[in-house]
Amino acid sequence: MPVKIENLNYIYNEDTAFEKKALENIDLELPDGQFIGIIGHTGSGKSTLIQHLNGLIKATSGTIFYNGENIYRDGYKMRELRNQVGLVFQYPEHQLFEVDVFSDVCFGPKNQGLSPEEVEARAYEALRQVGLKEKYYKKSPFELSGGQKRRVAIAGILAMHPQVLILDEPTAGLDPRGRDDILNQIAKLHKERKITVILVSHSMEDIAKYVERIIVMNAGTVMYDGVPKDIFGHYKELEEIGLAAPQVTYVVKALEEKGFDIDTTATTVEEAKAAILQALGK
Amino acid sequence: MGIIKVNKISYDYIKYGEEGKAESTIRAIDGVDLHIQRGDFVAILGHNGSGKSTLAKHINAILLPTEGTLFVDGKDTGQEKNLWDIRQTAGMVFQNPDNQIIGTVVEEDVGFGPENMGVPSKEIWERVEESLRSVGMWEYRTHSPNKLSGGQKQRVAIAGVVAMHPKCIVLDEPTAMLDPTGRKEVIRTIRALNQVEDVTVILITHYMEEVIYADKVIVMDEGKVVMQGTPREIFSQVDKLKEFRLDVPQVTLLTHELKNAGLELPEGILSVDELVEKICLLK
Amino acid sequence: MLRDITLGQYYPADSVIHRLDPRTKLVGTLVFLISLFLYDSFLCYALATVLLLAAVRASRVPLKFIMKGMKSILFLLMITVVFSIFTTPGEEILHIWKLTVTREGLLKAVFMTIRLTYLIIGSSLMTLTTTPNQLTDGMEKGLGPLKRLHVPVHELAMMMSIALRFIPILLEETDKIMKAQMARGADFESGGLIKKAKSLVPLLVPLFISAFRRAGDLAMAMEARGYRGGEGRTKMKPLVYQTRDYLTYLLLVGYLVCFCLIGVYL
Repeated sequence: MPVKIENLNYIYNEDTAFEKKALENIDLELPDGQFIGIIGHTGSGKSTLIQHLNGLIKATSGTIFYNGENIYRDGYKMRELRNQVGLVFQYPEHQLFEVDVFSDVCFGPKNQGLSPEEVEARAYEALRQVGLKEKYYKKSPFELSGGQKRRVAIAGILAMHPQVLILDEPTAGLDPRGRDDILNQIAKLHKERKITVILVSHSMEDIAKYVERIIVMNAGTVMYDGVPKDIFGHYKELEEIGLAAPQVTYVVKALEEKGFDIDTTATTVEEAKAAILQALGK
Repeated sequence: MGIIKVNKISYDYIKYGEEGKAESTIRAIDGVDLHIQRGDFVAILGHNGSGKSTLAKHINAILLPTEGTLFVDGKDTGQEKNLWDIRQTAGMVFQNPDNQIIGTVVEEDVGFGPENMGVPSKEIWERVEESLRSVGMWEYRTHSPNKLSGGQKQRVAIAGVVAMHPKCIVLDEPTAMLDPTGRKEVIRTIRALNQVEDVTVILITHYMEEVIYADKVIVMDEGKVVMQGTPREIFSQVDKLKEFRLDVPQVTLLTHELKNAGLELPEGILSVDELVEKICLLK
Repeated sequence: MLRDITLGQYYPADSVIHRLDPRTKLVGTLVFLISLFLYDSFLCYALATVLLLAAVRASRVPLKFIMKGMKSILFLLMITVVFSIFTTPGEEILHIWKLTVTREGLLKAVFMTIRLTYLIIGSSLMTLTTTPNQLTDGMEKGLGPLKRLHVPVHELAMMMSIALRFIPILLEETDKIMKAQMARGADFESGGLIKKAKSLVPLLVPLFISAFRRAGDLAMAMEARGYRGGEGRTKMKPLVYQTRDYLTYLLLVGYLVCFCLIGVYL
């Protein structure tokens, strides 16, 4: 389902001494099925922006169209929107509360008013999709490791069958293997379910490896919007706003400065390897 | 001169079942032997569950080994009378910035440690100023910790430990919950403390980029020390690290891949500049 | 966002009031508040106004901050004012429809307004010039003698200051958990009392677990920094009465005496 954001503004603590413009004149079109990355320094507005997409925050001005419908029109059911736009917050394991893993995953579908059979079917499906073994289903969520708890939390949103899946820093606090596992699973999901996936992250290397499009947020506005190669080409400007390009991008750019005839658009290890080998004539 | 001596320690903990009955014994640390010299910057790497945090908590006697002994500056952690001396010698900074700040004002939090030690009031103020300056947070001394960024909070936590004049600081994944800017701030602060103030630093982490400045890297897996050496030596063994569910900095991985493709490059390259330099030599 | 609630927010400045011993301020605030309820006399309130204005001026806290506390009770104030104007029996002044405005009612409303306003300003001044830690230190030192009766004064003070420190953090966490559960379709608004109570489970369970986890982490951090109870602890900001405190106590006694004299004889 496509999402269209038109002239969105969000000011919090309006008309008080603490008034702050969190989002300013955001215009974005998110087509169905795209794998998008949103990067930005802390305070750039990225978390605020994604909370608008499922109606948790209401814009001060501007419109959001979900599948062509204005979500701010009279009578629009925000609860319906939340069934369609799934948002996984940072450290989602902090929201687990049920007696056992399975029941917790059922919470979402239950709130959608589905039949008990459908709820259970979805819970099984979601847990399988995040790769959690069946032996954990009846355990208390608090007995699981951090990475496992996180997968349960993500399953809880997947079970609602969202058409747009938003994940805020899904790899925060995980070790390298944990990071790889979660990102691979998300990439797999995107391919299988063909849903729109929005990844908010600080890790340039993660983003570059998986997404088709990057939106760079800075001080409440969209600074850049394009494919990873183009975005990381602006690495000097990215550095100025507290971000950076992947390490390998710096390598190829430095080699170009040293006189190599090299393709400087590499953003992953594979691309850099190919570019360097080519430049050396191998 | 060895400041931390870990003599073949093991640590078991008992997992309790539903009715409070002992279910199983888990060996979190298995025969770890380690010596850390005064003034070193040591990094301990390991995936979640490898035992690195458990090991860290032994250094300031939060945990006591089931087998073996641990000496901090010559004092046995197993002897209760040494407890508070050890905790003053080996300070610890934890992962969650909020959950280790006790004061409602930055300077009051930094003074908490010296207050506990019974340091006279006037001296506490001297120590507070000294430590806040050393982490670059003196301007924030009257601020509320709530308004600080993650990196700033961790620096305050570090100042709180520095104010106790420890000989060694253990940092248990101090950057895990921070954004890249915060991580850089904290690592810069730690390096300065080690190089300028000559404080022994033990950094527990799983971010590879933080480790390249260490004097010595220790890799843990399944409660055992499986690799030990300089950062270069450790990161040269890319495949072995992958086995232990760890990562290498992107440049190191790129070097490894290029080497596999036939280029003559040394293993264990840790920085962008180094790789660029070595590739230029191949021209 | 919830973090911005000015729950007795401290305003850092260097003023005589800031430098006063928190015990002095506690006693002073108490004396002032009690005095407001002693007599219904304009002259008395004039004296109170003088004291309050002097204190506000001496504190160097901008009026804007002090008046912020007023916003929260403005509504309550309006209700009580309207209530007392129209329902106090006495000499009629105005007649609007079926409602009577009496002289006594007006007077009562005025006095109530003064009382409430001064109450808020007085206590705001207390919390604006004293950090929560100073407050708990003040109570700890002040209640010190109770230690002989085995009252765990230090532990209580420590508990209070930690609670104060974590209130904004837990508030923010509540907000986060609420949003996360709402994203899963939780509904905290509709339904009767029982349904609403049940809907709080996905909010309260994670919150409690988080609070316990924080407590565990904090205990470990405190022990790592050498905390072993109140014995042998020194204070960074030890509470010792200075000349200005004795003078303030003298001032307060004087104020109280004058207040009572005015109230009784004038």
